[in-house]
Amino acid sequence: MRKNIILAIFLTVISAIIYACQNASEIELSTYISNGKDIYRANCQNCHGENGEGLGELAPPLTDSVFLEKNKSKLACYIKNGTDQPMTINGKTYQGKMPAFPKLQTIDIAQVTVYITNAFGNKQGMYKYEQVAKDLQECK
Amino acid sequence: MKKSYFSLLVLFIATLASCSNDKKLPIFGEREAKIIKGADGIDRIDTVYQTIPNFSFLNQDSTVLTQDAFKGKIYVADFFFTSCTTICPTMHRNLKTVYDDYKTNPDVMFLSHTIDFKYDKPSVLKKYAEKLGVDVAKWQFVYGSKDQVYPLAEKSYLVAVGEDNQSPDGYMHQGWLILIDKQKRMRGAYDGTKAEQVEQLKKDILILLAEEK
Ligand code: HEC
Repeated sequence: MRKNIILAIFLTVISAIIYACQNASEIELSTYISNGKDIYRANCQNCHGENGEGLGELAPPLTDSVFLEKNKSKLACYIKNGTDQPMTINGKTYQGKMPAFPKLQTIDIAQVTVYITNAFGNKQGMYKYEQVAKDLQECK
Repeated sequence: MKKSYFSLLVLFIATLASCSNDKKLPIFGEREAKIIKGADGIDRIDTVYQTIPNFSFLNQDSTVLTQDAFKGKIYVADFFFTSCTTICPTMHRNLKTVYDDYKTNPDVMFLSHTIDFKYDKPSVLKKYAEKLGVDVAKWQFVYGSKDQVYPLAEKSYLVAVGEDNQSPDGYMHQGWLILIDKQKRMRGAYDGTKAEQVEQLKKDILILLAEEK
């Protein structure tokens, strides 16, 4: 009897902790997304569009989930330093010039990346500040 | 009884119709009174409005473009440059929706002037037009020297443009979309970065077309 009660309490505590953790990370994710949205509107929407649809062949759409997933570790570099290499998005080749955003801090880059990888039909979850800082050191 | 309702309705509709007929766009720029001799030999005072002076530019196909291309047409003019990373993409995204609305109307044209006289040669404009998806006669992209383009922008279209060392792109300019009528007069200015003003432009084009029938 006593054992059972202890077990029940134990389980309750564990699940409360798990629940709380999940909540905390969910809250963090939604903070990233909502701040990222503001950063996107101010800096990226002119070229990539309100719905990530791009602008003709001048700017590629942000709707190619496979591309974004595969190049996740390079996205921070694209944003910080700009890019002008040809890239294939949704089966179409784009070669334009994306400007550098030296003003954006590492946290801003993390948040805007989380926003674009969780909007426009993408659903790739969290991409933490610490990981972005690491990825930025690998920029070519 | 019924009849009076009917005539009231007719009156109401007539009033509405007369309102919309009366709607005219303002005429921008300087004006002066001029004395003009009529056909009957009597002098009359007439108002002369500011007009867009003649110009000669190279378009995206490297052919010379003058006002002859806009004879009998109304057009929307703007100033931009292809490497602009701030307001231009938004202006042209919005202007393209206007273009799409009037794609099949031969009386409406578009004229985009580059202010980057160093880099935006016709071949660069050509690539830009293709990538925007509007490489057609209806939408002309033109290149001219600084001496040709800058005074035209500031004095005739009333759009501020300039070189700017402070800006990362090297130039500054305003994002106005300017509506020009068949007599080369300026009839409206709309902020091309604001969706609601661009919607107003679409409506005003209709009014101008009706007025100039
Ligand atoms: C002036 C227009 C412009 C602006 C502003 C801009 N981009 Fe880009 N972006 C481009 C172009 C052009 C490319 C393709 C570059 C190439 O060909 O190498 C690109 C490529 C990308 C890519 C990779 C390709 C893809 O479609 O997935 C990502 C991700 C991206 N941009 C995100 C952003 C973010 C985030 C911002 C805002 C911080 C931003 N861009 C601002 C023009 C722009």
